[in-house]
Amino acid sequence: MSGMNKQGRPTGVGELGDAGRKTFTGNRGLAQEELLIFERDSGACGVDLDEPNAFEDRLGGNRRKGSVGLPGLSEPDVMRHYVRLSQKNYAIDAGLYPLGSCTMKHNPRLNEKIARLPGFADVHPLQPTKTAQGALELIELVAHWLKVLTGMPAVAMSPKAGAHGELCGMMAIHAALEARGEGDTRTRVLVPESAHGTNPATAALLGYTVDSIPATEDGRVDVAAFKAKLGPDVAAIMLTNPNTCGLFEKDIKEIADALHDVGGYFYCDGANFNAIVGRVRPGDLGVDAMHINLHKTFSTPHGGGGPGAGPVVLSDALAPFAPLPWIIERNGRLKFADVPEQVEEVGGSSFGRMTAFHGQMGMFLRAAAYMLSHGSDGLRQAAEDAVLSANYVLASLKDTMSAPFEGPCMHEALFDDAFLKDTGVETLDFAKAMIDEGYHPMTMYFPLVVHGAMLVEPTESESKASLDLFIDTLADLAKSAKQGEVDRFSGAPYLAPMRRLDETQAARKPVLTWSPPAPAQAAE
Amino acid sequence: MSTVKFTEDHEWVLIEGDIATIGISNYAQEQLGDVVFVELPEVGREVAKGDEAAVVESVKAASEVYAPISGEIVETNDALDETPAKVNEDAEGAGWFVKMKLSDASELEELMDEAAYNTFTAGLD
Amino acid sequence: MRYLPLTEPDRQAMLARIGAGSIDDLFVDVPQEARREGLVDLPTRQGELEVERFLGAMAAKNTPAGSVPFFVGGGAYKHHVPATVDHLIQRSEFLTAYTPYQPEISQGTLQYLFEFQTQVAMLTGMDVANASMYDGSTACGEAVLMAHRITRKKKAVLSGSLHPHYRAVVENLSDFAGYEIDPGAPVFDGTEDIIARIDDETSCVVVQNPDFFGNVRDLRAIADAAHAKKALLIVAFTEVVSLGLVTPPGDMGADIVVGEGQSIGNALNFGGPYVGLFAAKQKYVRQMPGRLCGETVDAEGKRGFVLTLSTREQHIRREKATSNICTNSGLCCLAFTIHLSLLGEEGFGRLARINHANAVKLADQLDTIEGVDVVTPTFFNEFTIRTSKNARDLIDEMADKGVLAGVRVSRLWPGEDSLDDLVAVASTEVNTDADRAAFAAALKEVLS
Repeated sequence: MSGMNKQGRPTGVGELGDAGRKTFTGNRGLAQEELLIFERDSGACGVDLDEPNAFEDRLGGNRRKGSVGLPGLSEPDVMRHYVRLSQKNYAIDAGLYPLGSCTMKHNPRLNEKIARLPGFADVHPLQPTKTAQGALELIELVAHWLKVLTGMPAVAMSPKAGAHGELCGMMAIHAALEARGEGDTRTRVLVPESAHGTNPATAALLGYTVDSIPATEDGRVDVAAFKAKLGPDVAAIMLTNPNTCGLFEKDIKEIADALHDVGGYFYCDGANFNAIVGRVRPGDLGVDAMHINLHKTFSTPHGGGGPGAGPVVLSDALAPFAPLPWIIERNGRLKFADVPEQVEEVGGSSFGRMTAFHGQMGMFLRAAAYMLSHGSDGLRQAAEDAVLSANYVLASLKDTMSAPFEGPCMHEALFDDAFLKDTGVETLDFAKAMIDEGYHPMTMYFPLVVHGAMLVEPTESESKASLDLFIDTLADLAKSAKQGEVDRFSGAPYLAPMRRLDETQAARKPVLTWSPPAPAQAAE
Repeated sequence: MSTVKFTEDHEWVLIEGDIATIGISNYAQEQLGDVVFVELPEVGREVAKGDEAAVVESVKAASEVYAPISGEIVETNDALDETPAKVNEDAEGAGWFVKMKLSDASELEELMDEAAYNTFTAGLD
Repeated sequence: MRYLPLTEPDRQAMLARIGAGSIDDLFVDVPQEARREGLVDLPTRQGELEVERFLGAMAAKNTPAGSVPFFVGGGAYKHHVPATVDHLIQRSEFLTAYTPYQPEISQGTLQYLFEFQTQVAMLTGMDVANASMYDGSTACGEAVLMAHRITRKKKAVLSGSLHPHYRAVVENLSDFAGYEIDPGAPVFDGTEDIIARIDDETSCVVVQNPDFFGNVRDLRAIADAAHAKKALLIVAFTEVVSLGLVTPPGDMGADIVVGEGQSIGNALNFGGPYVGLFAAKQKYVRQMPGRLCGETVDAEGKRGFVLTLSTREQHIRREKATSNICTNSGLCCLAFTIHLSLLGEEGFGRLARINHANAVKLADQLDTIEGVDVVTPTFFNEFTIRTSKNARDLIDEMADKGVLAGVRVSRLWPGEDSLDDLVAVASTEVNTDADRAAFAAALKEVLS
């Protein structure tokens, strides 16, 4: 045994002490505190660039005086800053993200790879189109899929996001009405109470009066009330289908027909197209315009809030008014028609331009990769699985929690707060307690037509085991609330990187930018 | 001699001579929760009864405040800019919104007195 | 299908729990005539390899900017983006998170938005900035609507040298919302007199700096003239790198500043997604569109960040919102803020100087060629040349020689005969001496 290190290393599990103890750094193991980037200024630089040789500037005397105020950090420090920040975020890649109306589904990385091919990502919007034929083909490919899947004859590709698409659709409707000589007389837009906030905001932006349609007790548009509001001054209805209660509007054909009979147009908010893609074509339901959120139905990443993309499919009545630019074919080559005169040559009457250039190419690429991967069969299966999963959640929890409407639902299961009555726990508290259990909360207090609404959208990306654990967790929370264990909820989350934040202070005294600390007072 | 009157939209009106001081009721501030901002009209503006005269915002809601009577805005409570919390702390006192010069005293007759308003709010929810 | 975790036995078990006989039972609310039995007429599923092969072939038909001497600008610019940027924005926690509505588990997104807002305010010389818009052009449209809300007037006076797409976006929004526009005619040499067009009805004056043709101007007199008529000055820019060297709009009296942030952190992407920058004076903050992130504390007093002043927004204010915008350019502003953090004070200033130096070198080189005149007396990294050849043919023939030479001005102003022989030429840090030599040589050949 000589020559051997006989000391060894202790292998016990140590003492069970106070796990909540304070640390010197404020960090807690892997949970690291992180200063603002401005507070990490070390005077270093994270890029190597050579100063140009001296030359005479051509700025006409308009040269910046003084510094910008940016902090200087080396590359490793920048890397660490953002990696630490990232670790404070919940993400679909890390867990079930049941935000109803938002569709947090898996984002395949093939999409990202395709979007970064230099032949797409490194192409300038104004380089000669003969050097970008593949890019135009790609836009045409996505346009084709969208038209076939929706059963609509045309699509405007340039809108930058869902709300921008809504604006596009409503502009097309307004332009069509003007062409009919009814631009000034049709001033009212009908919007159900349960609509997304963007619908009334969009209509109002275009100067329309928003007229709200009540919902029936089964969570759908009150057809009688809708018909009573129809008249020669109605420009359009803006209707989400499947609706924001997660239900299919059964009477949609009747609504569309009645609206068309009085000369109005049907704008469909396509936010929930992911529930029906491959099984139902909006074109068969009397829709005149519908935006498609590529980040919902076609899996482009949400990216912490964007960017989105909101192409708008259009009926024959609205297609001529589609925004600039159009893609046209000339001598076997694709090109842009990007001013009104060029569109007129092909029989169009575009209402104008909504954005610089031609839309969210990077998002079209991701959507294209997703569409081709799924194919017609996979897309239909994805919609079916999304609907199946939501119904499974609804069926499993409707007696433990409380559901305002009878199923079947579409891709979202809606609960209300009736099961929390007299427990001292509110929807907000219930949701915050989910965070401690490792889940992102569902959408809360939307739609507005349901008291204390909780809208759960599990999507097609969850396995049965994942759904079962989620269901068991919510059931346990519901039981806990009913048993009066208010503590589990009232201060939740207890285990997240932050406790609840003071939104009142943030709004009363808005601090929207960092300011350098005031210099310390000199000692007297 | 002063009187306080209330509206069904939860505004109060304190009448002193031909000047009316207007704010939102204590019941209204409780319903709104923490008030974070009050948008006030410019002094000198003529408003008709029922016109939007101010907007009061909490974190998650914005509510219009309608002129309970017609007249000219003669003063606004600029202290609310700095401390909107006054609306929560003292809605029917230091949390007043505007002072108006009455143009039609007969409009006051349609408003509720305090007892009637209390009965009215008791019947809500 | 590789993205779908449910197996057939799972689906059957789930249907059993629901009490449905088949998946069709869950679609009973769809009107009978709208239910589709078979598959739509599109190809069926494909593996990764096949998808990559198919789309890769399409990509191969394009000429990437990095593969040729490249001088195209006009609102989007080819810059070098450090590798760190793309690595970080692809982290799952950034890429696959939603809008930070639950601040306790979204501090990563919220903190970078707060940092982004601060950076944008610093660059533009303004008090506050929002968490970004779709792009520069839509930010410009929103700025005009904001000015109308503030001034309660309805007429926007636009510089004729504003990017035509920006003008078109403002015009389109204004047409539909019933507002008036005075668009102005293009002036390519920086001598436009916009002050003469400002009157008592004017709500705002929109000026681009550097303008579309490249001119860098002192806007102080325009600001004074606008303010004298109780109008606001909106300054737009399409090249954010210019702010490293040019006097910032805030120092020239701007009330609202909007611009395109693509140059920092973001690829050309054939036009999108980009990142619209939007900054304003503090007193106008409640009239701003879009998301705002603000500082606060949590229940334990720890500093944190939340989305704030949301009563301006559509999800609360509905038809009375300041805008219908719902998204921001999340990941693109993350890319922007990371790239700017890498550059820092020293790197950003130097990047701007390199851009300007390269443009000056190129302009001087081209100006010596017979049949070529540089017509913009001042510029940053983009200038305009007039040549003896029609610009359409010139760009086309240059492309055939493997040089992407710039933007034909008449592509954006069709019908303006006076602009037919103008080309806007951009030069950034990516251009080498060899690129400039190739440009000059090709230009000489096509003009001879």
